[in-house]
Amino acid sequence: MATLEIRDLHVSVEAENGPREILKGVDLTVKQGETHAIMGPNGSGKSTLAYSIAGHPKYTITSGTVTLDGENVLEMTVDERARAGMFLAMQYPVEVPGVSVSNFLRTSATAIRGEAPKLRTWVKEVKSAMEKLQMDPAFAERNVNEGFSGGEKKRHEILQLELLKPKIAILDETDSGLDVDALRQVAEGVNRVHGTGEVGTLLITHYTRILRYIKPDFVHVFANGRIAESGGAELADKLEAEGYEAYTKGGVSA
Amino acid sequence: MAEAQNIPAGSTTAGSIAVAAESTVATRMSAPPSFDVADFPVPHGREEEWRFTPLERLAGLHDGTAVATGSAIKVAIDAPEGVIIETVGRDDARLGRAGTPVDRVAAQAYSSFETASVVTVPKETVLTEPVRIAVHGEGGTAYAHQVIELGAFAEAVVVIDHTGDAVLASNVDYLLGDGAKLTVVSVQDWDEKAVHVSQHNALVGRDASFKSIVVTFGGDVVRLHPRVSYAGPGGEAELFGLYFTDQGQHQEHRLMVDHNAPHCRSNAAYKGALQGQDAHAVWIGDVLIEATAEGTDTYEMNRNLVLTDGARVDSVPNLEIETGEIVGAGHASATGRFDDEQLFYLQSRGIPADEARRLVVRGFFAELVQKISLPDVEERLLAKIDAELEASV
Repeated sequence: MATLEIRDLHVSVEAENGPREILKGVDLTVKQGETHAIMGPNGSGKSTLAYSIAGHPKYTITSGTVTLDGENVLEMTVDERARAGMFLAMQYPVEVPGVSVSNFLRTSATAIRGEAPKLRTWVKEVKSAMEKLQMDPAFAERNVNEGFSGGEKKRHEILQLELLKPKIAILDETDSGLDVDALRQVAEGVNRVHGTGEVGTLLITHYTRILRYIKPDFVHVFANGRIAESGGAELADKLEAEGYEAYTKGGVSA
Repeated sequence: MAEAQNIPAGSTTAGSIAVAAESTVATRMSAPPSFDVADFPVPHGREEEWRFTPLERLAGLHDGTAVATGSAIKVAIDAPEGVIIETVGRDDARLGRAGTPVDRVAAQAYSSFETASVVTVPKETVLTEPVRIAVHGEGGTAYAHQVIELGAFAEAVVVIDHTGDAVLASNVDYLLGDGAKLTVVSVQDWDEKAVHVSQHNALVGRDASFKSIVVTFGGDVVRLHPRVSYAGPGGEAELFGLYFTDQGQHQEHRLMVDHNAPHCRSNAAYKGALQGQDAHAVWIGDVLIEATAEGTDTYEMNRNLVLTDGARVDSVPNLEIETGEIVGAGHASATGRFDDEQLFYLQSRGIPADEARRLVVRGFFAELVQKISLPDVEERLLAKIDAELEASV
C-alpha cells in the first residue's frame, strides 16, 4: 500500500530581507485509501505544504524528509514526482496557450503511464470522465485553462485526477471560489476516485463547507507552519463551531 | 476587437481601427511609393516605418552605402514542365507591375538590380508539382528582383527557400491573372549573419486566390513587407506567417492589404515564438478598405509566444475603413508567455521539461503548420522548431 511520509519538514521562501521559514516541522503520514483534511487559517502554510511536496522551485526545503513508499521524493524533479504517483490539484491552475485540453491530457497520461494509451479506449475514457463531471465535450478542444471560469478550472483539475489515477492526491483549496453546484460536482469526482481505494487524499481547505460532501478519515488543523491538532471528522465540527481563533492566538499545542 | 493579454515587460501590442476620410495607413509612410531611391530620404530611425528596425544592422541597405558584390547569391529554379523561366533586363514591362516600392530599401533594390528572373505559368496551366526556387547566399551584397506570373486560371505552388549568408534587398512580384490560384511559401532559413529586406507585392486578379506562407527562422535582420492589392472584384488573399526569433535576432513582418476592389476577402494570421536575450519580433498589420471596396471581408491576427525573459514583441494591427458597406472586418493581437508556472504545471502532470516546452510551441504553431499542405516543408519546419528548442535548453 502506497504511503506518503512527511517528517519534520521545514520550508523557506526567499523574501525581501532574506529567507523566511513558512513550514516549521510538519509530520504527516498519508496512506492509499485514506482521506486527510488539512484545515487552517490564511497564511498558515497549507499551500506551501502542497507546493513543496510537488516540487515548486519557489520553495526551499531546509530540513526534513518526504518519502513515497520509502523513495526520497525531494530528490525527484517535478515530473518524476508525478510519475512516481503524486498529484497536485492546484488552487490557481495556469493557462497554457496553444495546448488543447485533449492534447495535454493525452501527453500527460502517456508520461504517467509510461506508454501512449490506446486511442480508442482513451477517447472513451476521457469522454466518460468528462460526462461524470458534466463537462461539455467541446471543452477538450479549448486551450488548457485559457478563458476557463473558476468552476471549469477546478473540474479540469479533477478530470486529470480521475484520468491520471495517482497514489497520493493533494487538493489545494479545490473548493475555493466554487458555487454549490460546482462544489458538489468536484466533490463527487473526488469521492469517485476515493471509492477506488487506490488513492490517498490530502484535502487542503480553508472552509468546512466541502466536508459536507467529502468525509475525511482524519482532520488536521494547520497553524503557524505546522500541524497544531489532529483528530477525526469531529474536529471539523469543532472548527465549524469555534473557528481557528484558538489556534491563531498563540494557543498552539503541538 | 483588439485583445491583449499577459504582455511581457517591455513589449507592446497596440491596435487601432480608424474610420477616416483620408488614409492614415498610406500617409504614415514618410514618402509616397516610388521606384526611384532618390525619392526617399535616408531614414534616421524615428520614422513610423523604421522605428522598430535596427538601422545600424542593415549593412548600409538604407543609406546607399551597400554596394552590390558579384555573385553574392546563387538562384536555382526547379520547375515542372510548362513553366517558363527567363532572365530579363531592367526594361521588361512585367517588372514592377504588382506594386511600387514603399520604402527606401525597396526602392534601393529596384534602382540597383541588374537582371530579374521571371517565372511564368501560362494561362490555364495547372501544376501538380511545386516550383522550387533556391536562393543561396554566398556572402556579399545583392539587389534582386523576381516576378512570378500566373496566367488566367493557372494554378501553382511556389516554394522560395533562402539559405546561406548574404545581405539581400529585393522586390518579389506576384501577378495573378483572373481566376488564378497561387500558393507561395517563402522560407527564410538564413545563416545567423544574413540581412534580408524584401517587399512582396501581390496583385490579385478578378476571382483569383493568393496564399502566402512566410516562414522566418534565420538571419540577423529579416524585414519583410508582404503587400496585397486587387486587380478586380472577387479576389482572395490569405497571408500566413510563422517565425521563431532567437537571441539577438530581429524579425519584422509588415503586412499591407489594400482592399481597392469590391467583394474581395483577406485573412492574415501570423504567429511567432521568441526566446533569448534581445530577440525582437515586429508585426505590423495594415489593412485599408477603400471607399470603392464594398463587400470586403477581412480579418487579421497576430499571436506571439515569449518563451524566455529578454525577448521583445511589437505588434501593431491597423484597420482603416472608408466604407461601411462591408461584410466584416476585424483584428486581434496577443502576446503571451511560456513561463515557469506553466512549466511547473505541465511537469506536475508528469511531462518532462523539454517535452513541455515542445508541446507548447508545437501546439502554438499547429494550426498554421497545417495550412502549408506541403509535407516536406511541414516536416522541415517542425524539425527546425525542435532544433531551435533544443538549442535553448
